[in-house]
Amino acid sequence: MKTFNYHSTKDVKEATKLASSSSAFLAGGMTTLPSMKLGLASYKDIIDIKRIKKLSGIKVSGKTVTIGATTKHAEVAHSKEVKKAIPSLAALAEGIGDPQVRNRGTIGGSIANNDPSADYPSACIALNATIHTNNRKVSADKFFTGMFETSLKKGELIEAVEFQVPEKSCYKKYPNPASRYAIVGVYVAKHKSAVNVAVTGAKSCVYNDQNISGALSKSFSSSALDNVKISSSGMNSDVHASADYRANMVKIFAKKAVEAC
Amino acid sequence: MASLVGSRVERKEDKKLLTGRGKYTADVTFAHQTYAYFVRSPHARAQLKNVDISKAEKASGVVAVLTGKDIANDKIGGLIAGWRIKSEDGSDMKVPAHPPLANESVNYVGDHVAVVIAESLDEARNAAELVKVDYKILKAVVKTDKAMDSESIYKDIPKNLCFDWLLGDRAKTQEAFDKADKIIKIDLINNRLIPNAMEPRAANADYNPSTEEITLYTTSQNPHLARIIISAFNGVAPENKLRVIAPDVGGGFGSKIYPYAEEVVCSWASKKIERPVKWVADRTESFLSDCHGRDHVTHAELAVKNDGTFLGFKNETIANLGAYASVFGTVTPTYLFGPCATGVYKMPAAYSNVKAVFTNTAPVDAYRGAGRPEATYTIETLVEKAARELGMDPAEIRMKNFPTQFPFQQTLVHSVDSGDYNAGLKKAMEVGDYKGFEARKKESESKGKLRGVGFCSYFEACGIAPSAVVMSLGCGIGLWESAEVRFNPTGNVTVFTGSHSHGQGHDTTFAQIAADRLGVPLENIEISHGDTDKGPFGYGTYGSRSLTVGGTAIVKACDKIVAKGKKVAAKMLEVNESDVEFKDGEFIVAKSNQKKTIGEVAFACYLPGTYGEVKSPLPEGEEPGLKETSFFDPGNFSFPAGSHICEVEVDPDTGNTEVVKYTAVDDFGTIINPLIVEGQVHGGLAQGIGQALYENCHYDDTGQLVTASYMDYTMPRADNFPEFNLGFTCTPATSNPLGTKGCGEAGAIAAPPAVMNAVMNAVGTEVSMPATAEKVWKACQKMNKSNSKAA
Repeated sequence: MKTFNYHSTKDVKEATKLASSSSAFLAGGMTTLPSMKLGLASYKDIIDIKRIKKLSGIKVSGKTVTIGATTKHAEVAHSKEVKKAIPSLAALAEGIGDPQVRNRGTIGGSIANNDPSADYPSACIALNATIHTNNRKVSADKFFTGMFETSLKKGELIEAVEFQVPEKSCYKKYPNPASRYAIVGVYVAKHKSAVNVAVTGAKSCVYNDQNISGALSKSFSSSALDNVKISSSGMNSDVHASADYRANMVKIFAKKAVEAC
Repeated sequence: MASLVGSRVERKEDKKLLTGRGKYTADVTFAHQTYAYFVRSPHARAQLKNVDISKAEKASGVVAVLTGKDIANDKIGGLIAGWRIKSEDGSDMKVPAHPPLANESVNYVGDHVAVVIAESLDEARNAAELVKVDYKILKAVVKTDKAMDSESIYKDIPKNLCFDWLLGDRAKTQEAFDKADKIIKIDLINNRLIPNAMEPRAANADYNPSTEEITLYTTSQNPHLARIIISAFNGVAPENKLRVIAPDVGGGFGSKIYPYAEEVVCSWASKKIERPVKWVADRTESFLSDCHGRDHVTHAELAVKNDGTFLGFKNETIANLGAYASVFGTVTPTYLFGPCATGVYKMPAAYSNVKAVFTNTAPVDAYRGAGRPEATYTIETLVEKAARELGMDPAEIRMKNFPTQFPFQQTLVHSVDSGDYNAGLKKAMEVGDYKGFEARKKESESKGKLRGVGFCSYFEACGIAPSAVVMSLGCGIGLWESAEVRFNPTGNVTVFTGSHSHGQGHDTTFAQIAADRLGVPLENIEISHGDTDKGPFGYGTYGSRSLTVGGTAIVKACDKIVAKGKKVAAKMLEVNESDVEFKDGEFIVAKSNQKKTIGEVAFACYLPGTYGEVKSPLPEGEEPGLKETSFFDPGNFSFPAGSHICEVEVDPDTGNTEVVKYTAVDDFGTIINPLIVEGQVHGGLAQGIGQALYENCHYDDTGQLVTASYMDYTMPRADNFPEFNLGFTCTPATSNPLGTKGCGEAGAIAAPPAVMNAVMNAVGTEVSMPATAEKVWKACQKMNKSNSKAA
């Protein structure tokens, strides 16, 4: 690991002021630190935001669940309020990584990193999330822009993620046997106005599958998907799963999610 | 005194290991320590045109940067192949030079180009980035079955062929095939594996310029072998000036039997810079440069009669050796593989033909089971296929062909001293409730799952090895084992063994044996191993040899102690030696009930002479002290055997396969510690099931290792396994006085075919190993077993 300056900050202003083109914010460090150790990334300044109090915590109102950026996966998984308002979101958090990751990793870190197989981005899309940053609010469908890419600007810091409470929802993941990230993960959420079907793991970036959500908007049942065709075009292909297999699993796991709603 | 042999004694070493008080090579740091970082080839095959170290040498903290030129100038010898194999035509095997640091070419990703030695690891690593290497990249040879049709990697090794070896009789086998009612054929791949010991490899060499001695700490299963190779072949230091210590070692599975380039380079470099040099592999280096295992492509045929009687067996295999011939790389796919390929059956005629090829991949060597898992996978999937094609029950076809008379002269090499294969299979069917399978299958169907059952009956040849046999077959060393039993003056005991424990529990098992033999409490016995300066020369631990070979040496040394003790006790008790009997730690004169404990005798041996009224207890001509050494060279291998039955559940919608029931019934002869043996079986099964369903080392077409981290290489985890049902039968081995047979590799040998046979039974068609979800899903699609329509 290359040497760097470590800053521990207490408020958002101080943190964003320190940010530069060669800095990184550090929350759980679940991706940043291994990348640095492996020599895949190096920074001049590491800005630790874990001590910024306003970035952590869970607020539930009737229609929304708002989770602070540095809230750990384990806190979301074990939150009684989240379990009551959006049980599928708590279940998703409980299924991330392993206990060590869940007790260090944060929601803000996960969505800022936007790993194509991460779980949380699918929740953001399915649950019509709004991402609150230090200077604006961005809707999830405009936030995730590509593989490991988001619409965050340099020095912009996520403060919280606001989820819309759906009528019903379920997240089903087929984990990679090695890494246990999603080979495919499908988050189905039925809102009053529409059904969202967010898919992670299958392509370079999370997306809302219009074919499946369209079919489910007409009839919210797994049999509604029987004749839906999923194209493997643009899907990831690796030693664990071909694009064709992934396409099939998107449908299978969408059905499983609908059945479990 | 109750016998300790056969009791479930908890492992003495666990307190240390589980509380972080073990001492591993990485824990050893000397004064004036320096740190090594290796510059490794990023290319699978390239000519080294130039290695420019000028910038790296000037970097902060750098002590030295050494290259292949330096090692050649110092006339340090290359790494060796330990076993000479001859081709069918009588010619010697062809092996390329393997310098510890590459001089002319690099031949796999991870091959060693240079070493940077610095005051800290960070400085070494940063400076390594400044070494500029000019590579001329060449087309890599990667695939096992394509190697012979590819450009030669080494100009003097045509077709990349190391040897074309034959065991058995082709003509006689063909005669048997001509008489067959049916010929069953199979094509299979034995997938390449990466050992993944929990502790990565490491070395720390400390040269003392005033004594000219090197002390090398290393992660070795076999420190004595490391010393002799680094001395005699690499020529780094004479044997008396090289001390090799393998302290606590966190698993080896074969990958740590022999020294690698790093140990040679650290030892040589330490001598050069006159400071200690330490290297600890990071996990990526382990993936890239630990020797890998398996990697066979096999076509096999079985000639059968309609009633299921086996008539003959053909085995045509291509084995991938990787870029170089590693120490046991050539014996693993030949003598450890070929003989066992006819399985546990009467097989009137057979042959195994193995073509070993070089490719631009990491060297391949012994990995848990070494050759026997590949053999067992071949014959056991073939036998199961024969049962399916003949409409016979898989148990029935096996029993029909089991030998029932022992010793059993196996077709190709081995004379199997003892066994009862029918008893093992019957017990496995009982323990695993084979009768209840159909009911369980229906239950699975009601959940939308496909259930399959698979068998494996295996035998293997371990307890490596009778020197006379293995040396006649081309092995460069004899494989006996040594022990020294040393009574300390106060009556407790230190036992030195030439074998090495890196997870096997020798501290406990060996102490149980010595405690029983000497009548000394278990807690008064220490087992010492892993230091070439302590105890006699030995051959380390692999091939399930430690107990049957090393344990026997301990028994023999203990017997010598007792024999001397009798003489001394007789003198002390002033009786004839023939009147003294030894039992439970006491020398007793039966008729008078006079006795001396073994502790008293030991004390007397260390304090001979007349002191006041006390007269010398030593008989005339007897030397003082109580310490005996023994070397045991077995007359035969040991032949554990057993039957395993696996049941899997397949989700036809995803192809996900779960092992839901696993029964293993093994015959390990006499069992010293059932708790440790069960642990060994569990570990072997985890690796065997891992190979069948999860683990796969994958190189892309350019020779880049795709599965170079745990993100992509699927190590099985605890939640991948059910509770295992274990059972044992016992026919004691006749080749050692304990009656023991090796148990360390059985699980890894038997599990792959048992699991794969179950998968194929569930889906009704052939699936290659590892049976990943996608492969199984495709098989289900082909057989129309899916519950859902395809996308």
